Amino acid sequence: MATEESGSVFSFHPMDQFIIKPLFGDGEIYWYTPTNVTFWMALTIISVVLLLVVTTRKRATIPSRSQSIAELTYGFIYKMVEDVTGKDGLKYFPYIMTLFLFVLFANFLGLVPMAFTTTSHIAVTATLAFAVFLAVTLLGFVKNGPAFLSLFWVSSAPLAIRPVLAIIEIISYFVRPVSHSIRLAGNMTAGHAVIKVFATFAAAVALSPLAILGVTAMYGLEVLVCFIQAYVFTILTCVYLKDALHPHH
Amino acid sequence: MATESGATEAAGMPQLDFSTFPNQIFWLVVTLVVIYLILSRIALPRIGAVLAERQGTITNDIAAAEELKLKAHEAEAAYNKALADARTEAQKIVAETKAEIQAELDVAIAKADAEIAAKTAESEKAIAEIRETAMDSIKAVAIDTTKEIVSAFDAKATAADVKKAVEENMKAIT
Repeated sequence: MATEESGSVFSFHPMDQFIIKPLFGDGEIYWYTPTNVTFWMALTIISVVLLLVVTTRKRATIPSRSQSIAELTYGFIYKMVEDVTGKDGLKYFPYIMTLFLFVLFANFLGLVPMAFTTTSHIAVTATLAFAVFLAVTLLGFVKNGPAFLSLFWVSSAPLAIRPVLAIIEIISYFVRPVSHSIRLAGNMTAGHAVIKVFATFAAAVALSPLAILGVTAMYGLEVLVCFIQAYVFTILTCVYLKDALHPHH
Repeated sequence: MATESGATEAAGMPQLDFSTFPNQIFWLVVTLVVIYLILSRIALPRIGAVLAERQGTITNDIAAAEELKLKAHEAEAAYNKALADARTEAQKIVAETKAEIQAELDVAIAKADAEIAAKTAESEKAIAEIRETAMDSIKAVAIDTTKEIVSAFDAKATAADVKKAVEENMKAIT
């Protein structure tokens, strides 16, 4: 088979795209060192500014196309927050919008060829997820006091199985940040690694049409995944927020 | 960028290289804070204001349209009222004119009837006269004829007898 033969020819480094490097020089990476993480995160900030600030600078009552996109994005998340958490969740809308836009643009910028995907790193997604988890848990206790614990006490279930359910609920509650973060980082990492593998095969003449087709197909899928993961991350945040605001089932 | 510098780490996942975690987390926090500040200070209030303003404009426009619709309804009602007034006025005028004409007509008919009656009386009088003269003529002719017939039979009768007989017979007829 061609693949076995080419195994020695190709150098597989599908994970190299995730390596963190200093922007200047080759030195040690300290917490403050400007790295490719810094660079691509700066690009997400610029993207956010382009999408929401530059497009709306005219403040037109009859919006231009770009302003419509900004308004659609705003309305999309605003409606999501309102639908999931209710009216009292709307004051957390800026935070959720921040999360959504960061994840969305980090995902999509990762699709630029040769790009570095910041959301493919568990350090980033776990920070986001634990920030959400801690914020929501603290908010739950601040808003409801000890009554927040009724989230784990399913009062609609028969009394006998409530303790069992409570244990399951508590476990699932603490698993939330893990699944929340690994889902996003895993999706990003896997998709990009697969694209990279296909791209490596494109170096062989015999395989290149198939490989390029594969890259194209995966790229299309990844575009979908990028949006869906940003959406899922955001809507789960909204759901957790709803639990904190209204813990009673 | 130097791609070979990371080749030594390529064996494992760069995601699990904990030495880069502080760096990533630091820059992530910086990025999130910057995005949050941009959103909460500039972008979201601006878009919210634009949307609210648009909502206001739309509401105002709808109210104005509602008002105009009301005015149109009022105008229509006024028009209909004017139309109804004009119609009753017209009917009144028609009725008056009709009554006037009827009165004139009645007078004219009465006058015509009277004339006709007069004419009829005159005619009857004329007819009666004619009838009278006709009777006399008939009587004269009858007497003459009778006289001739009697003389043709060689009967003896005086003129006075014949006249008397004819008059009696004619009275019997009429």
